[in-house]
Amino acid sequence: MTTTAKPKFAMYWAASCGGCEIAVLNTNEKILDVDANFDVVFWPVAMDAKYKDVEAMEDGSILLTLFNGGIRNDENEHMAKLMRRKSKILVAFGSCATEGCIPGLANLSDSREMVHTAFTTITTDNPHEIYPMTSYDVPEGEIHIPNILPMLKTLAQVVDVDYYMPGCPPESAQIAAVIDLVIQVVQGKAELPPKGSVIGAGNSTVCDECKRTRNVKTIKAFNRIWGIAPEPSLCLLEQGIPCNGPATRSGCKARCPKAGAQCIGCYGPADGVEDYGARLISAFASVLDAKEPEEIDRILDGLVDPTGQFYRFNLAGSLLKAAVPAWKKEKA
Amino acid sequence: MTNSFEPTIIGFTCNWCSYRAADLAGTARIKYPPNVRLIRLMCSGRLDPTFVFKALANGADGVMITGCHPGECHYIEQNYKALRRFQLMRRTLQGFGIEPARIRLVWASAAEGARFASEVSSFIEEVRALGPLHWGKNDNVSSALTEAPIKKEEVPA
Repeated sequence: MTTTAKPKFAMYWAASCGGCEIAVLNTNEKILDVDANFDVVFWPVAMDAKYKDVEAMEDGSILLTLFNGGIRNDENEHMAKLMRRKSKILVAFGSCATEGCIPGLANLSDSREMVHTAFTTITTDNPHEIYPMTSYDVPEGEIHIPNILPMLKTLAQVVDVDYYMPGCPPESAQIAAVIDLVIQVVQGKAELPPKGSVIGAGNSTVCDECKRTRNVKTIKAFNRIWGIAPEPSLCLLEQGIPCNGPATRSGCKARCPKAGAQCIGCYGPADGVEDYGARLISAFASVLDAKEPEEIDRILDGLVDPTGQFYRFNLAGSLLKAAVPAWKKEKA
Repeated sequence: MTNSFEPTIIGFTCNWCSYRAADLAGTARIKYPPNVRLIRLMCSGRLDPTFVFKALANGADGVMITGCHPGECHYIEQNYKALRRFQLMRRTLQGFGIEPARIRLVWASAAEGARFASEVSSFIEEVRALGPLHWGKNDNVSSALTEAPIKKEEVPA
């Protein structure tokens, strides 16, 4: 660095749960390194700052922005574009920003239906069916709230993204490693990986990190995790437990399978996997011990929600991105 | 709408049976509609479900997967793998609101040119009846909140 001023750091959340911020704080004392090496200019969850402050900054003046959350409304979209303009390095941070995650599951239905569900069903006491309005006249003037978009989009579907950091949330040790790397880059001791890389994760699959034994065994039925006590050293998929390990990116040290729970796929698709769900369909189809269509159907009946199973985290980032109701408004 | 609609079908054939069936249909001058674009794979077991998802995402209205009859696979039993993938794929696509009839699995031996042609024809008619899929063509639909019915007078002051 030519100047003595510290490089600027920002973190923003769009449609997310806040778990990514907690994961950052879970790096414990590593967070002090961030403060020691960076000037934190914008981080709504941790400090008070206004959008206007960011808008007033010079373009490209923020060195590193960690952007978590999907793009669900026009405010998210505006902030994604703003942060892109103001940042040198924009990282899609966490599953929502990289692949849509849980908020992306709303892409399975019409967004109007989603709004109806949120405002008129059991979750909300709303006897007069009052819906929020995007603009409203009050004596003081017109006030606005963000307008919801028809589909949740990933950050890369809206702006150019430099790096992807998967995980729901990213593991704290991985975040700490990335923070270390960026600090070394700032000090001129390391080089940044090529643009578009996945950082803070492995390149292979969760199966590669999983210590359980695989015997190329096939199954006659799927089991739900609450239905059986899994044998502690055998592959979960071979025990009939729908484990997403074969398609999921490594980087978590196979935490869930280690604890006896199936991988649900929060680290997203591994290297070379173009469509996460399609890869899992291949993997699951390979372990079924059946040749007759009726028998195959009987086994598959045990897999209660295949779409949810295969796209829990990856729907918005998948090839199809959303279900027909989200596309075809005239049919809704 | 359906009268002028010509469905786009992507068909996957295997090198040893169903592609030769298509070939036979051609040399025997059996006519079938030109809506199907055939892609030859070495085996139906080579069919990565990604191919099907990509075809649908890029504008195909239906996908036809063909292979050797059960028990007759050149690679012993990879067509059974194709069958299992097909059945799981169909269930998954249903969750996306895609009618199961939009993907069809057909077994055809190298001698079954006529059967291949008739399966293609009937599949095209079935997809034609379902209408266009047009994945992603309606990206710019207006947003939800403005379309929701709003009872302005009921908002408490």
